[in-house]
Formats: sequence, C-alpha cells, structure tokens
Amino acid sequence: MTFFFQNVVNALQWGSFYALIALGYSMVYGILMLFNFAHGDIFMVGAYIGCGVATVIITLSSSGVIVLPHWLILVLTILISMFLTSFVGMLVERIGYRPLRDAPRASAAITGLMIGIILETGNLLLLGAQRIKFPSLVHSTTYNIGGVFVTNKKIMIVVVSIGLMLALDQFVRRTKYGMAMRAMAFDYVVVPLMGVPINTIASMTFAIGSALAAAAGILFGIAYPVLDPYMGIIVGWKAFVAAILGGRGSILGATLAGFLMGFIEIFVAMVFPSTLRDLIAYSIILLILVFRPHGFFGEPYSARLRL
Amino acid sequence: MRKLLVLLLSIGLLCLVFTPVSWGGKNVIKIGINAPLTGDIPKVGEGTKYAAEMWLEDINKEGGLKVGDKVYKVELVIEDNESKAESAVKANTKLITEDEVLVIVGPQASKQAIPAGEVANNYKTPMISPWSTNPATTKDRPYVFRGCFLDPFQGPVIANFVTKEFGFKKAAVLYDVASDYPKGLAEFFKKAWEDLHGPGSVVAFESFTTKDADFSSQLTKIIKSGAEFLFTPQYYNEVALIVQQAHELGWNKPIVGSDSWGSAELIKLCGKDCYGLFFSTHYASAGAKGKTKEFIDRYKKKYGYVPDDVAALTWDSLGIVKTAIQNCGKITGNIEKDRQCVRDAMAKIKEYKGITGDMTFTEDGDPIKCAVIVKISDKGEFEFYKSVCP
Repeated sequence: MTFFFQNVVNALQWGSFYALIALGYSMVYGILMLFNFAHGDIFMVGAYIGCGVATVIITLSSSGVIVLPHWLILVLTILISMFLTSFVGMLVERIGYRPLRDAPRASAAITGLMIGIILETGNLLLLGAQRIKFPSLVHSTTYNIGGVFVTNKKIMIVVVSIGLMLALDQFVRRTKYGMAMRAMAFDYVVVPLMGVPINTIASMTFAIGSALAAAAGILFGIAYPVLDPYMGIIVGWKAFVAAILGGRGSILGATLAGFLMGFIEIFVAMVFPSTLRDLIAYSIILLILVFRPHGFFGEPYSARLRL
Repeated sequence: MRKLLVLLLSIGLLCLVFTPVSWGGKNVIKIGINAPLTGDIPKVGEGTKYAAEMWLEDINKEGGLKVGDKVYKVELVIEDNESKAESAVKANTKLITEDEVLVIVGPQASKQAIPAGEVANNYKTPMISPWSTNPATTKDRPYVFRGCFLDPFQGPVIANFVTKEFGFKKAAVLYDVASDYPKGLAEFFKKAWEDLHGPGSVVAFESFTTKDADFSSQLTKIIKSGAEFLFTPQYYNEVALIVQQAHELGWNKPIVGSDSWGSAELIKLCGKDCYGLFFSTHYASAGAKGKTKEFIDRYKKKYGYVPDDVAALTWDSLGIVKTAIQNCGKITGNIEKDRQCVRDAMAKIKEYKGITGDMTFTEDGDPIKCAVIVKISDKGEFEFYKSVCP
C-alpha cells in the first residue's frame, strides 16, 4: 500500500509539470488556433532565467545587501522570472507569429519549431554546452509518513502549480480580459469586429502562457536541478499531448490531462517493466484520443466558423 | 551575364572548398579528433580537446613529429559530434574524406564510437577511441582500437568489489536503455552478479530513456525490491539526478557507479549527495604519482581543474598514435598507404606504458589494463580506494 501511495506522490509531482506547460499550449491553441511549438523551449528559457534571478537574489541576500528570508527568495524568484519570461513569450508572438497570422496554419507551426531551435542554440552559444546546476532555493527535508517519503519540495511544487492554475481560471472567468479571451476562443473572426483588440489579446495569451512555463521551469529546476538547453523538447512534446488530450482551450482539461499523463507514466512503470513505459503509456493515450478525438473538454470543429 | 556570374561564383566557391586540402602539403600529418563538444556530455568533449591541445603543444615544442628521418608538422582537426550517434558518423566521414586525416582519435562514448567505428573501418582509416568500453566498438573491426578496458571486464570488477567489500547478495540496476554504454554495462554487470549469487539475485533491473529527468517510479520499485545497493552505470549529469531522487525517496543504501561517473562535473552537479559513493574507473587523480601526476599538474595549471579520466585516456591514446606513426617509419604522402601502415603499426604495439597504467594489447585491438575503484571523499574528491587487475 505504501508502494501505491508513494507512486501517487511521484505522479502528482510529475503531472504538475505537464499540467503547467500544457496550459500554455492550450491557451494559445484555444485562442489563436495555433500550435506554439516553441513553448517547450520557452519553458527552458524560463528555467534559465529563474536560475539567473535566483543566483542574483541569493548573492545579494548572502552578501548582506538585503537580507531576505528563504521563502521570500523563492517567491521573488518565481514572480520576477515569470514577469521576465512573459516578455520572451510576447517577443516570440510579435516576431514569429503576428506576421504570419493570415498565413496557412502549417507555416505558423513551422515558425514555432524554428523559434524553438533558435532558443536552444542561442542558449548554447550564450552559456555553452555545460550543464548548469540550479541553485537550491528550497532546503530539502524528507518526511516519512507511514513509509511514504514526501519532501517539502514535492508538496511545494504541487501546491504552487495548483495555485497558479486556480489563479488562471479565476482570471479567465472573472476579468474583462479573460472574457475577451474566451470570446476570441469562440470566434476570432467576428469578435475582433466587435472591438476586441486582437493583438493585445494575442500578446497577453502568450505572456500568460510563458509566465506559467517559467513557473514550471523554476519548479522543475528545484526538483531536477540540472539544466541543459535541450531540456524543454521532450517535456514540451508530452505537455503538447496533454493539451490536445484536455481539449482545445480548456484550462480544466489541460490541467486534468497533465496530471493524468503524469499518473499514466508513473503507474505504467510501476506495473510493467520500465523499458516499456513510454510505449504503453502513449498507446493508452492514443486509445483515449481514438474514442475522444476532441479531448476531454473540447468541442467538434464543425461548431466553429473557421478551421 | 547572370549565368556567367553564377558560374564564376560557383568556381570561386569550389576553390574555397578545395584550397585547404591542397594547402595541406606533404609535410603535415593530420589527426582527426571526434569529440562531444556540445550535447549531453560537453565536459567529456572539453577534456578531449584540452588533452589533445596539450599533446600538440609537446609535439610543437620538439618542432614536429619525427618519422624516420623526416620531421612533420602535426595538425589537429577537431570535429564536434554533438554527443549524437548520427553526428559522430558524419564527423568521421568528414574527417576521412574531406580533411583526409591519417588517424582519428575518438569518439568517446560508446553510443557514438560504435557507429563511427563502422565508418572508419569501411574507409580503412585507423581510429582509436580513448573511452569507449563497449566491446562492439572494436569487435571484428581491424582498423578500430581503444585506449581503455572493456565492459565485460568492468562488470565483474564491480560485482566482485561489492561482494567482497559489503557482502551484499541482492543488487538493483538502473540504466538508460537507449544508450549503448549503460545498456551494455548493465547487462554485463547483471550476468557477473548472477554468476556470483545465483539467478534472481538482481532483484530490480529498471531502465529509462535518454533525457528523462524523473526516475521516481523506477526508484520506488527498486526500494520496494529489497535490494541492498544500486548500480547505475550512467553519465554524470544523470547520476546527479538519480542519486538525489533516490535519497529523497528514502534510499540510504550504497549507490555504485562505473567509469562514466568520473567527470569533474559530477560533484558540481551532485553535491553532498554523492559523497561516500564508489565507482570503478581508469585512473584516480588524488594520490597519483610519476608521469600521471605530471600530467595532472600540468593540466590543472593550464585549465584550472583536475583532468578527468577522459582527458587522461585521450592523452594515452594520442601517445599510442604517436608511437604507431613513428613505428610505421615512413610517410609516403599516399594517404591510403599511410593509413594502412599506421594501422599495421598500431596493431603491432604489444605494450604501452601510459599515465592510466601499463597496457598490453589483444588481437582485437583492446588493451588489458587494471581498473581502479574510486571513493568520493567527504570533500568531493575522487580518492583512490583499490586497484583491480585482470
């Protein structure tokens, strides 16, 4: 039984990353009908920015310029990095996607891939191929709860991710901008005619998605403190799968699908030999999509005007 | 007019492409280095490059490489294989066909050395991999050599060491199924362990794929299996994650590794979590003597850190290359003939005293040499613990 619960804890942590990153894919896809394939790399950039911000704050704090408690360093790192990374997202939108807004969707998808490669190799040039160790923001303490080992990091990661998801949900539901986003997701040909500024909303969507990716990047750095320029590729792909599985533009869908994927991966490895993990895990997901092609909370395209 | 311009431009380009070759002249010996400068294990590439540059420095100090009664200039052509199999193949092909190198040193990791060795062998170009321990690299390839011991030797070394040192009976293994080196070594270890303790004594044999960062479900399984220690033949970047996650999941038993651990980066990434762990490797930097110490001191002074085993093995491999070229006796300028001559000379070397120990060579081009068990001290240094000879 402890074995089972231990894996639940493992899956919750692992699913948090998928869920946070999937939200960025899902929002952009929902509102602009665009696969932002650079998102996994924005996650990587977020992790690196977080690493830089954390190093600066820790140095300032330890050299006595401004002495801050540990939790405040963590909170500041997350907030500042989210803020900075949102500009990366807006820049990507401005340079890579806005000029192609009327181009065929495939062109825009390819742009995303190219921006991704530019971000990866740019990072390689800037910082070199050396692995970077993420500074330890949280002093790890392990709790043994009846044989199940939980660290304070794991709790923090799950709590922060769920908190961010709830905040996003409230934003989309309760604010004027959120309403504009929802309207745009419903129909982005007519809604701009009603006076909703499409460029502002597009920028904002990218900014929010990237900020969430940055948060995911920092949490990832805390859990797996070795950063490399290609860390975003596989996680990005899998989060993309989660976004599709959740249904187009659905926040709840992306969150649930992200956690579901975490659970499937961990539990497949628990039951079957771990060599078969991805094979079995993604066959299960393929099967789900065969029966629910629009994901959990998506609607058929025919309900919409545009493809 | 336009056509003429295009024609002129392409002629110009062609000239650019071919000039370096014609510049090479006959008094230059080119040695290709195929190293992972970027990608998963950049520190390995850096060590290779630095060791090679230091070696070249020595050659230049003597005015060149003396073959027979003629002195040749030596030129290194360093290619990045991005730590990918396909890029290593590309790099080797380029070195052989475009740069027309005499010998290739590298690639380092078996994942790249196995496919790249195929290319070198097909083009009949001698290649020596300093660090690739998988048997497939040199097997049935007369043109491919190596500078280190093999995994079928390293597997039993670790199994015997753990049995004698700790008296354990139940082992767990965690390895990357998508990479030749960890996969090969994991299997050799499993076989050696089961020969010692009977079938079923490897109670958990878990795997993951390259680029995975989360090993929690595999480690949870390993902890549940009741294993007494964990063997993980991974590269340094993954070791840091595996060891840390294992400790966070409540694992406090020994974790043992292989020669891929021995990088200067390991302690930087892993920190205190790795203190007190053991791994088998080619040489130990702390407590070295003689030529080995000389090399370490020089490297440290020049580049600011203690060289890892890759740098030392690259140094030795280049030494073997030098010996082979000199034993060959004559460079004719006909690259195919010269390559054949160097390969024959290399195959004839029976004994070589290197900084990673004395080696003798088998028919397959594999050296027989001792392995070293290293303990990571409480200061994060790689301390010599024990020497295991075949």
